[in-house]
Amino acid sequence: MTGTGSIGRRLTLLLAGVAALLSVLSWWMVTGLARQAAERTQDNVLAASVTTIAETLRSEQGEVRLELPYSAFSMLGAISEDRVFYRVSTGDTVLTGYDDLPVPTEVAVSGGRVLFDTGEYSGEEIRMATVSRLVLAGTQPVPVTVTVAQTRGGVASISAELSQLAAFLSVAFFLVAVTLSAFAARTSLKPLNDIAAAVSRRGPSDLRPLRRAAPTELAPLMTSLNRLMDRLGQSIRSAEDFIAEAAHRIRTPLATVRAQAEIALRSARDDEQKQRLRQMIRAVDESSRSAGQLLDHATVIYRSDDLMRSPVKLSDLVGQAVAGLEPTAAMKDIGLHVDMIPVQVEVDPVLMENALRNVLDNAIKYSPPDTVVTITASEAQGEVRIAVSDQGPGLGDGPVDLLTHRFQRGSNTQGIVGSGLGLTIAKDVLVAHGGRLELESLQGRNGTCATLVLPSS
Amino acid sequence: MRHACLAILLSCFASLVQALEIEDHRLFAGTGDRVLRVISTADLEVFEPYLRAFQSSQPSLTIDYTVVSSTELHKAVREGAAFDLALSSAMDLQFQLANDGFAQSHQSEATAALPDWARWRDLIFAFTAEPAVVVLSTQRFDGLKLPTTRQELVTLLREYPERFEGAVGTYDVRDSGLGYLFATQEARSTDAYWRLSEVMGRLNPQLYCCSGQMIDDVAQGRLALAYNVLGSYAAERLARDSGGQVQILGMEDFTNVILRTAIIPSQARETAAAGALIDMLARLGQRETPDDWPLPPLGQTGADSLVGFGPIRLGPALMVYLDPLNRRAFLTEWENALEQR
Repeated sequence: MTGTGSIGRRLTLLLAGVAALLSVLSWWMVTGLARQAAERTQDNVLAASVTTIAETLRSEQGEVRLELPYSAFSMLGAISEDRVFYRVSTGDTVLTGYDDLPVPTEVAVSGGRVLFDTGEYSGEEIRMATVSRLVLAGTQPVPVTVTVAQTRGGVASISAELSQLAAFLSVAFFLVAVTLSAFAARTSLKPLNDIAAAVSRRGPSDLRPLRRAAPTELAPLMTSLNRLMDRLGQSIRSAEDFIAEAAHRIRTPLATVRAQAEIALRSARDDEQKQRLRQMIRAVDESSRSAGQLLDHATVIYRSDDLMRSPVKLSDLVGQAVAGLEPTAAMKDIGLHVDMIPVQVEVDPVLMENALRNVLDNAIKYSPPDTVVTITASEAQGEVRIAVSDQGPGLGDGPVDLLTHRFQRGSNTQGIVGSGLGLTIAKDVLVAHGGRLELESLQGRNGTCATLVLPSS
Repeated sequence: MRHACLAILLSCFASLVQALEIEDHRLFAGTGDRVLRVISTADLEVFEPYLRAFQSSQPSLTIDYTVVSSTELHKAVREGAAFDLALSSAMDLQFQLANDGFAQSHQSEATAALPDWARWRDLIFAFTAEPAVVVLSTQRFDGLKLPTTRQELVTLLREYPERFEGAVGTYDVRDSGLGYLFATQEARSTDAYWRLSEVMGRLNPQLYCCSGQMIDDVAQGRLALAYNVLGSYAAERLARDSGGQVQILGMEDFTNVILRTAIIPSQARETAAAGALIDMLARLGQRETPDDWPLPPLGQTGADSLVGFGPIRLGPALMVYLDPLNRRAFLTEWENALEQR
């Protein structure tokens, strides 16, 4: 049944896997974008700062002069708490700023274009913006390079913060996706589960075709299932018909044969002939019984999966069975003692009566003539016990359990008509009702006690 | 043993003394061997209560307290002098030290509780906010209407040149880092600064290195007015001499508020003790009530009239006027204005 696992779980895991992949991907992308955005912001501010400084470059009396504007650095201070370095140089001469700032050596006069570079200074990674301008100093225009650098702590902290936020959102997204996946899996499997539930809700005798709307993917399954049920129904019907037919067909000629044999027995003079005819009658009886019990057994098997329980008085039930067997008992001069308690049981009366009849029949059959079969009822510990005791030969030496198996008979039953089905039927009925059949040889004297145990209702 | 150590330390210190122009120095001997060397611009009489309070929490610690000017302090830290804590009112110089990698980071609950504007990168921490004020001698101003703005001050100085001749004092911004900071920030913020400087320049102004001396001279009547004095010193002075000789005047048009800041120099060895002192100062800086500590907390700047002027921002913009070219240009202009004779 299992083995390939649950489709729902597989579907959920698959969808969750996809969601996890997407979550990680989106986190990675957002982190990358956040870092890029933070870097671009820093670049823009650095560019603004370096341009502001470059704009103050001028020439006074043949010397390059400049004035660091307050705003050039205050804008850098506004975006982050990062260290700021700068350098203004013309050629190899540093006009002002940090002499050892690792400015890119070959900065062409970029005509106002800001060049960016990353480096390391004072033990930290820095981002540098450099702009070059020609300033007329004396007669000669000289290129002046202005560099403003800033450490990247702000960029790192902004991107770390956004990355953390993105991670949080990704996890949240993933959790929502998993929940939705589970929901989606359950929803899409609902028709399948509905059909399974509808099938399992049915009794075994309910073989009507399933008439419910099913998704297209399930239509073939439904069709096959309906066809299977149809075939099953047919085969059950034909089996029932066959059993009924067979029992009938066998019993009718057997009755004729028995009647003829009886007549022949009466008119027979020869002892040997009489003996043969008696044997014949017994064989016919046995066959007839077998046929009847086979029918009973088939009925039990058919009905036990789908009990039609109704409340019945135990005394009525027992009374009916006893009444049915009284003639047989009378023929052997066997007394039937019934000792009932007023209790009601919730059983399938047809089956229960059948079980009782079989047990009683067994008791009568194995009892020697002129003895008593006692039927007593008791109730204890949630169980109703109906004990049928005879004064027969007991159960013999074989294992007791085997006796309730189909076609199994005791070791000491030679010479007695029996099919080996009686106790099997009784046991099956009781098991179907949630009870059991207990068999024991009575200690100290001859006889067997068969107890039908039923749960109290 | 301990004395031997101290002796060695003192001899080390002596060798430093040669390089540093020391204004004041005191050793607060503790019971143990550890010495916390503090270099500061705060006068001993102002800062002693803080050191005493700190030492009472760590009695084993010896505190070596050296008072220097803010430029000397900046130079000392930059040149790697052995100090564990540098406290200065020249926040631009302090900022430059932090920016250029001469400060160690310090993190604690007390510093984390500081407002954002009172710290930068766990390197530099502000613990007071002090306004620049005008201190005047009530005697010399007898009968005059007290000015409330720079414009009124300019008018007053113009109207009574004989009264103020040689009796106006201000920082020599060439020597005093704090004076330079006040001057540059004021020049940036208000046009009246240069007009006022021009007028003062014509009155043969007296130039000072430090707030304390200016206040002393006002108190003794040698100066009629001292411009751009640290309000906290003036208030402390006012509290001591209740003779009514000195009056503090806040300018209503604009007031500079500086933050007194602390850094742990990168050569510091007693970083734990230095951090503990910073924490104590930071906590005191965040107190709600003025109490009777000599220096004001960060939250309030001393006088009601100053409400509305935030402190100078701790940030890279402070380095603009420290740029040699800018400094030269500013000083040239300043000299032109103030030294007209």
